[in-house]
Amino acid sequence: MEAFQNLGFWGTLLVTVILSALPLVFILLYALVTIYLEMKVAAHVQDRLAYMRTGWHGVLQPIADFIKLLQKEDIISVAADRRLFILAPYVVFMGTYAAYAAIPFSSIFIGANIDLGAFFIIGISSLVVVGILMAGWASNNKWSIFGAVRSAAQMVSYEIPTALAVLIAVMITGSLNLQEVTKFQAGGIQNWLIFGGPLPLLQKILIAPFTVITFLILFVASLAEVNRTPFDLPEAESELVQGFFTEYSGMRWALFYVAEYANMFLVAGVAVALFLGGWESPFGSFLSGPIWGMFWFIIKGMVLVFVQIWLRWTLPRLRVDQLMYTSWKVLTPFLFVCIIAVGLILVL
Amino acid sequence: MTAVRIYFNNIWLALSSIAIGMRITIGHLFVKSVTTQYPDVKLKMPERARNRLYVNMDDCIGCDQCAMACPVDCITIETIKSTPDQDLGTTSTGQKKRLHVPVFDIDIAKCCYCGLCVPPCPTECIVMTDVYEFSEFDRQNLIYNFSVMTPQDIEQARAKLKKAEEEAAAKKAAAAAAAAAARAAAPPTAPPVEKPAGAPPTQQSSTPASDSSGQRGKS
Amino acid sequence: MIETKTLPTAYVTDPRAMRSSSGKTLRTDEMIINMGPQHPSTHGVLRLEIVVDGEIIVDVIPHIGYLHRCFEKHAEHMTNYQQVIPYCDRLDYCAAINDEHSYVLAVERMLKIELPERVEYIRVIMAELQRIASHLIAVGTFGIDAGAFTPFLYAFHDRELILSLFEMTCGARLLYNYFWIGGLSHDLPPQFVDKAKEFCTYFKPRIKEFNDLLTFNEIFVKRTANVGVLPKDVAINYACSGPMLRASGINWDLRRDDPYSVYHKIEWEPKIGKGEMGTVGDVWDRHIVRMREMEESVKIIEQALAALPAGNVQAAIPKRIRPDAGEIYARTETPRGELGFYIISDGSGTPYRVKGRAPAFVNLSVLPDISRGAMIADLVLIAGSVDIVLGQVDR
Repeated sequence: MEAFQNLGFWGTLLVTVILSALPLVFILLYALVTIYLEMKVAAHVQDRLAYMRTGWHGVLQPIADFIKLLQKEDIISVAADRRLFILAPYVVFMGTYAAYAAIPFSSIFIGANIDLGAFFIIGISSLVVVGILMAGWASNNKWSIFGAVRSAAQMVSYEIPTALAVLIAVMITGSLNLQEVTKFQAGGIQNWLIFGGPLPLLQKILIAPFTVITFLILFVASLAEVNRTPFDLPEAESELVQGFFTEYSGMRWALFYVAEYANMFLVAGVAVALFLGGWESPFGSFLSGPIWGMFWFIIKGMVLVFVQIWLRWTLPRLRVDQLMYTSWKVLTPFLFVCIIAVGLILVL
Repeated sequence: MTAVRIYFNNIWLALSSIAIGMRITIGHLFVKSVTTQYPDVKLKMPERARNRLYVNMDDCIGCDQCAMACPVDCITIETIKSTPDQDLGTTSTGQKKRLHVPVFDIDIAKCCYCGLCVPPCPTECIVMTDVYEFSEFDRQNLIYNFSVMTPQDIEQARAKLKKAEEEAAAKKAAAAAAAAAARAAAPPTAPPVEKPAGAPPTQQSSTPASDSSGQRGKS
Repeated sequence: MIETKTLPTAYVTDPRAMRSSSGKTLRTDEMIINMGPQHPSTHGVLRLEIVVDGEIIVDVIPHIGYLHRCFEKHAEHMTNYQQVIPYCDRLDYCAAINDEHSYVLAVERMLKIELPERVEYIRVIMAELQRIASHLIAVGTFGIDAGAFTPFLYAFHDRELILSLFEMTCGARLLYNYFWIGGLSHDLPPQFVDKAKEFCTYFKPRIKEFNDLLTFNEIFVKRTANVGVLPKDVAINYACSGPMLRASGINWDLRRDDPYSVYHKIEWEPKIGKGEMGTVGDVWDRHIVRMREMEESVKIIEQALAALPAGNVQAAIPKRIRPDAGEIYARTETPRGELGFYIISDGSGTPYRVKGRAPAFVNLSVLPDISRGAMIADLVLIAGSVDIVLGQVDR
């Protein structure tokens, strides 16, 4: 970013637009890959084959789906609140996409190298809740309202464990800037925060169990943030048809869908950047560098996305009150204990 | 258990059962899938498969048993009696065919594939095959016409039957007229002869199609 | 001109309206939601009108009749008793053999036919295989209601093997027309016994895998325990039968208590719900009763295969089915409960009246009682645990 400082107003604007469109390109490509991956993993877990006819083993299916969705009729029910209905998918997508600005893809590529990176991400991704409520209300459908209200309750309550888990990582590193956190974990897999970080051995051994628990809780809370099973009550297919986006079809629905996948990678990326070493290579300086950094980041992100997909096809879903119970009475107390423990160990 | 122990026990149970479930699903990732790639690969039907009906009209004697046995009335059969000078042939099971079958329609859309039409057939001409790919775009194409008679054949058969019936009726009328004339010529007051017990009736039947030996009434 | 609507006065003076501290009324109302005939989770075309207060259910009103196909009227117009059997198949299309068994039992009792041993043993084998197939549908779709999509496919994979056993025997996979009055339509093909034994050995670990994946998963247990509890007296008063009844702790199984066929010669026992994970008679109990019944059915099949005598399965089929004038009610234990046929004969070859007493119809009537106070998410599970098949409910 520093190299482009002296281009003048239009130059800087052009460069900014191009650089901020890069994560969008990434999201679209990644969405195509992940949709295919999800269907294939789901199929093989269930002893069946998924797409086999479009291209070799169906690799062109996501493109075919995309083209199909493009040419669908745009149906907005007469009684729906038109403006909110149209605006909702964009708000949801914006909430997710804006957070991509602070994700460090590589040592040379981070959208906005702000000192408040983690705080910014947690804050801006709450915009998704607003979008979901808009979608549910504007659909003029009782089932959609159910889904939207449930989703709002769920996402708001799971912000707390997410924020606390991020806080623990920040405590150990001392910075909210995700790029700094990633650089803090340089030097190989043993320096990753999930194993305690690059601290003296005694502190590391004491801290390691707490950081493992924190990582797991962050992962579970982020599952709830993206409305994936076991927390997919807002989109519970078997109860609410499709929850808050029942009334959406065609490209609007595709936008919600892509937003959901983008959100998946976002929370996976945050967990990777904070706990799993970000773009640092697990072998220290071997296979590291700016381009390798991007490769490592994406690979680690995809591993976590794969675990999210795996969980979706294994577990039944939680009910609304059980979801709340998990957040407030299980995840948050455990995190409080972890905060106190990590704080004490760091001070000693 | 105290509330605290229940709380921790629940968490432990949740984590362990989730882990067991995850192990099962990831295990299945490495098991070969069981899907058959229809339509490139088609499974072989067992020999008793009950799919589309087929009627071998060479063996059909027009007995209507299958139509009566069908619970959904999807078989429509019409027959025309044949005259004795026509030879319709024999079925493969050795029965002589005596009826023309101009209409043998099966509405396969109505058929419920129960197989009740198959056992009553005396010649085993209606069978359930293993064909299951017979979708049509037009529903009328699902009414299968099995009859092999052309419209001219049907006309001919009807005409022959009509002629035979007319001849029979004419002969019957002539015989009745002859009998009436004979009665008129015979003495009107002759009492009826008492027949001794056991004597066979002497009246001869006068069907034109019978052999004209004239001895039929006598034992 | 835009018309302004005035609120009906009932809203303002509604006794259910809350009053805030400043004295203004805050209107709270109950919402009526329609879980319509088309819905991903009502098992078939069932309409549930749900009156909710927030997420808590105040009342459920089931509306049925979307699949009514005039079974009883058709039965009166058949030319003989044999032709009614394909219609009986289609009552409960997930467990067709058991439907046929019930009807055929009724007619044979009217005719007072003595069946060959082989026929009885084959009927038991087929009925128990069908029970496993039907329970696999029930637990698989129940998993989908709870959000677990994978166990459904494992269940249906096993069901495919059972259906191929049926196809090998009588030619059809779902609606068989296999049990005839006085016997069977075909004898078993030569490879059936080995394949059936193979299936039994294959299936036992699959039940365990299914249990590990779904039944004992803590999330599933938490969703289903203490939900939709059906107390004993309510179950008996509503005439529930089958796994619903047994899960409430009542030890009643028609195969033992109103015996038919050769069940008395086979060692087996009915499975009762004990409230292991919550209350007796909750949704989890019904689920585990079905899983355990599948294990029991495997035992029955293995014993019946071992004891299968030789004989002619068509020896006792009467030439003409013409029962004496009279009436009979005969019932069997189907996967969903007690299926009974009440047949009135007027001495001719056509039945005068055939009434089917469908277990799902009776079990469904208990749904409003057990779901008051539950949440909508629970209602889906409760309706799934009743295990209805709309073909049976509407006939």
